[in-house]
Amino acid sequence: MSLKRKDLLNIASLDPEEIRLILETADSFKEVSGREIKKVPALRGKTVVNLFFEPSTRTRTSFELAAKRLSADVINFSIATSSVVKGETLLDTARNIEAMQADIIVLRHPAAGAAEALARTVKSSVINAGDGWHEHPTQALLDLFTLREKKLEFKGLQVAIVGDLAHSRVARSNIYALTKLGAEVRVVGPPTMIPAYLDRLGVKVYYHLDEALRGVQVIMMLRLQLERQGRALFPSIREYSRLYGLTAERLQLAESGAVVMHPGPINRGVEIAPDVADSLASVILAQVTNGVAVRMSVLYLLSGGN
Amino acid sequence: MKQAQQHEKLVMDANDVARALTRIAHEILERHKGTKNLALVGIRTGGVHLAHRLAQRIQEIEQSQVVIGELDITLYRDDLSVRKDQPVLRKTSIPFNVTDLIIVLVDDVLFTGRTIRAAMDGLMDLGRPAEIQLAVLVDRGHRQLPIKANYIGKNIPTARDEEVRVCLEELGEEDRVVILKPTA
Repeated sequence: MSLKRKDLLNIASLDPEEIRLILETADSFKEVSGREIKKVPALRGKTVVNLFFEPSTRTRTSFELAAKRLSADVINFSIATSSVVKGETLLDTARNIEAMQADIIVLRHPAAGAAEALARTVKSSVINAGDGWHEHPTQALLDLFTLREKKLEFKGLQVAIVGDLAHSRVARSNIYALTKLGAEVRVVGPPTMIPAYLDRLGVKVYYHLDEALRGVQVIMMLRLQLERQGRALFPSIREYSRLYGLTAERLQLAESGAVVMHPGPINRGVEIAPDVADSLASVILAQVTNGVAVRMSVLYLLSGGN
Repeated sequence: MKQAQQHEKLVMDANDVARALTRIAHEILERHKGTKNLALVGIRTGGVHLAHRLAQRIQEIEQSQVVIGELDITLYRDDLSVRKDQPVLRKTSIPFNVTDLIIVLVDDVLFTGRTIRAAMDGLMDLGRPAEIQLAVLVDRGHRQLPIKANYIGKNIPTARDEEVRVCLEELGEEDRVVILKPTA
């Protein structure tokens, strides 16, 4: 079986078999990343363009490493240095990149739906690396891969997603992915950060962290976007941290051996206590390692002959 | 699509397969005077099963273990950029350092030689073997690359449009090799 699509735009439209295929294929690429010579010739002669309209180090580097380990040529465009500052629109920029025979475009953009608009315009494959508050599919896939590596069974898995659900594309992609595979997802955060539509996505909404953590096997912390602090979504960082920060004591409420995840970059002492972030329960760095393998898998599966 | 009606011709039965493997095991041991620095690497999927059988025979003959690796050559194929769908990836598992070892690649059928080219490139990316040799159960001819096997179970002359199938117990069938001829 192979991935019969040109683009990876979201998790919402993937079926469980496609998700499983991406994860299984990533197993092989994890092996490649563990070798002394971390390179295979699978995408030789292909060009991957990283088109980033938002600052990002982790995701862009992860995609760049993934493409390079597959022997593709990689070009990075970032907003500060591109002609966007000269007034060019996204689609014109993309058409120009396509005219240079790019095979795959990896797009991060502040507007929800940007990747989809791009995919309809260009013949190149498009991978959504985060579009506004919409989705960040490769992050959810690498989170699933990390859980699977921990030998956790998705069916019936109890997962709590904690933090700013309203502005988190990571949370949305993870909710779609986890529920598709049969996990039971709880979300918890201040009421100002829990959008009204969430219960329609098949999750249980909580407002008290202690309640939400009771008996879960997985805790996904979201980054508190401190740049939003001026918007009066919560009174103070200190209060947020006291009510929704994950501490060692709170971790005790979860099932023993529970896994703590975070998409990074972490705010130590705000949403997650330093001793929890560095504890054995934390798989935060494994997530980063697995990100490369999962992105290799997606690049490989989308790069079938055009 | 495979044709529904195919003429099947048996070229090796279970005993023939067993004898050929036993002979190859002896040949490998004779050539290397034992199992020192020797490793078998099976090419997925058929080659892996044959490598395990060879290792078992070598163990019986020589009372010494030989290490086995499993190689998936998908990422090294030369047709990745022209295929419509990406082939399913399987895992490569070579739990030893190949550098300075004598590696015997094991595959079921030697045909164009393209798989072996890919396997050699794959192995080279894992280190620098002292030597790479090739053992195959069937050599059916029609090479497209300058590649030759060191150990051959049976040479079977075929026409290009025929298919050679190696059936193995590990894959849920009785051991045998058959030629499938397309019917007109």
